[in-house]
Amino acid sequence: MFTDPKLKLEIAYMLGGSMVVVSFGLLYQSRISAVINIFAVHATILGLAVAWQAQLQDTPNLYITAAIALVFKAGVIPLALHHVVRKMDIHRTIETVIGTGLTMLAGVGLVALAVMVMHPVTVRSGALVAADLIFALAVVLLAILMMITRRNAVTQVVGFMSLENGLILATAGVHGMPLVVEISVALTVLVAYVVFGLFLFRIRERFDSLDIHYLDTYRRVQR
Amino acid sequence: MIAAFDWAEINPVHVILTVPAATAAIMILLPGYRLGARLNVLASLVTLLAALSLFYVRPPTNAYLFVDDFNVYLVVLTCFVCFTTSVFSASYIDHELETGKLTPAYTRFYHAMFQGMVFAMTLALLANSLGLMWVAVEIATMTTVVMVGIYRTPAAIKASWKYFMLASFGISLALFGTTLIYFTAEPVIGSGDAALAWTTLREHAEALDPEVLNLAFVFVLVGYGTKVGLVPLHAWLPDAHAEGPTPISAVLSGLLLNVALYALLRFKMLLAANGHALTPGPLMIAMGLSSLLFGALMLYRRRDIKRLFSYSSIEHMGLITFAFGLGGPLANFTGLLHMVLHSLTKSAIFFAVGHITQVKGTQDISKIKGLTVSHPLLGWSLVAGVVAIAGLPPAGLFMSEFLLVSSTFAREPVLAIVLVLGLLIALGNLAPRLQGLAFGAPEGNTGPVSASVVPMTVHLFLVIAAGLYLPASLVTWFQHVSAMLG
Repeated sequence: MFTDPKLKLEIAYMLGGSMVVVSFGLLYQSRISAVINIFAVHATILGLAVAWQAQLQDTPNLYITAAIALVFKAGVIPLALHHVVRKMDIHRTIETVIGTGLTMLAGVGLVALAVMVMHPVTVRSGALVAADLIFALAVVLLAILMMITRRNAVTQVVGFMSLENGLILATAGVHGMPLVVEISVALTVLVAYVVFGLFLFRIRERFDSLDIHYLDTYRRVQR
Repeated sequence: MIAAFDWAEINPVHVILTVPAATAAIMILLPGYRLGARLNVLASLVTLLAALSLFYVRPPTNAYLFVDDFNVYLVVLTCFVCFTTSVFSASYIDHELETGKLTPAYTRFYHAMFQGMVFAMTLALLANSLGLMWVAVEIATMTTVVMVGIYRTPAAIKASWKYFMLASFGISLALFGTTLIYFTAEPVIGSGDAALAWTTLREHAEALDPEVLNLAFVFVLVGYGTKVGLVPLHAWLPDAHAEGPTPISAVLSGLLLNVALYALLRFKMLLAANGHALTPGPLMIAMGLSSLLFGALMLYRRRDIKRLFSYSSIEHMGLITFAFGLGGPLANFTGLLHMVLHSLTKSAIFFAVGHITQVKGTQDISKIKGLTVSHPLLGWSLVAGVVAIAGLPPAGLFMSEFLLVSSTFAREPVLAIVLVLGLLIALGNLAPRLQGLAFGAPEGNTGPVSASVVPMTVHLFLVIAAGLYLPASLVTWFQHVSAMLG
């Protein structure tokens, strides 16, 4: 079906480009649960992009990376974050994103920067994957912008995870990079570890403390 | 079959890596914190012995792991400080359990994480593959983030969160830089492990695209620079040091910063070997000098004793980065020497500070007074440590700072003025703090303290001995490595 090499490449670019578009969605969304949902979409596209690279480069171990993205990043982690958010009773919270318009403009500027920095470098190398590196850098820069503009810990974690998605897009896009699977496992473990260990665990401990505010919240959730 | 087993065939590198990793796994399952503490010391000792054997056995290089003259000395230093810290940590944790600041379940976790951290740091130092090195630095970050937050106070959680956010942001950028290196090496070397192995990259450095190398180095400098604690990416460092357990502060300052700097230097060596890429020197000089000045100024009127010494770490990492940025045989020599001596001195200071804060029950400098009167051993050790860290004779740090200042004066007199200014400010800010801490009428709890004296005194002895006499073999070793660094 997809035998035309040009079409194959176009599909890879389309997937990479959609990640940049979804990153913009993460930037301006103000409801926390919506941010988590958009992240799940981000991770799903990453999974598809990596799987497509695996097929394109004929490197089967990239399928593992794709599976990690689809199962954990697009499934388990968003579900767990929804759970955390409901437990903390902030799922209805609307986070004021500082100056949406300005943030979007800054985002556009960052994407332009990514193109300006990476394009000359990738063109000279003549590699097929050139555009993927541009998209990856754009996703990384947008994620950093998101981490800066957000105040809530949950949305900061989401920002960090979208940064990771950009990195995995980069490593998967470069032809035959070794240790990609190990790196993606390490990244996923990092997130899982900190989100569930530090986060959930500490917050539960604070429920046990004498802080009335937390006790109140806890009881309401129990009911 | 057992009789046929040849001990000489054991690769020390494998021992250095498997012992901490296996111990960490066992510790999770082991009940009993005393056993855990003992096992921690034992495993660290075995690792240290294996590391020392690297001076005699040079294992073969492969695409993942290698040993050369540069990393061997850092591996030995890391294993040594981890061993002494494990001895200190045993008595420190004992006290934390008595006062109820930690529960046995947490100490089990703590010991497992400690060994996990040893594994990650030695792996980062021994890695030939730049990807593997990145994974190791990431594991080290992960283990230390949890340790920083182990006291579960709001301040500790906040510190650990800040550390996690900044450090993972940093290492993410470092990964992007590493990917770029592979991207430019792949057409030259061919795809696969070889194109990410430092040794093959060095061989083919001249054929790599200098522009991609420049771009990669900027990412790596910001990335690993965050972990080194270079200004303006240092914000996590004082909080992480102040809120975590003191043995972790000792290891963070003494070793983890060195590991991150080592990673940065490997990339710098690639750029130097390429010849057409930008010279990383000016960037490193600028970041190093600003860290030095910032750290020195921030020492002024600190109230928290652990925060005070963490700013001193920023100052010294700045000094070392400056030395490597300046480059050349003499400056590199002082950088290498300063790395070792700063590790030993700073961890010794944190050992003393750990016992002091435990006996006084506070980290507030204004509430700690007259230590030389109430606790002569701790007090005088702290005095010796601070005198050394301020760069006064006879400690070894005086020698490395003196050499650096004189070589900078010979080459870049303007930079030397800034350098001397930073060092003097640091000295001027540390002296009044020390005066209050160590002398005068004692204040607060003057009861006895069950301190583990040996790690502290051994470190200080080594630092002072290095100031009085450096063995000729060590000097030639350092000169050889300095030449490698270019």
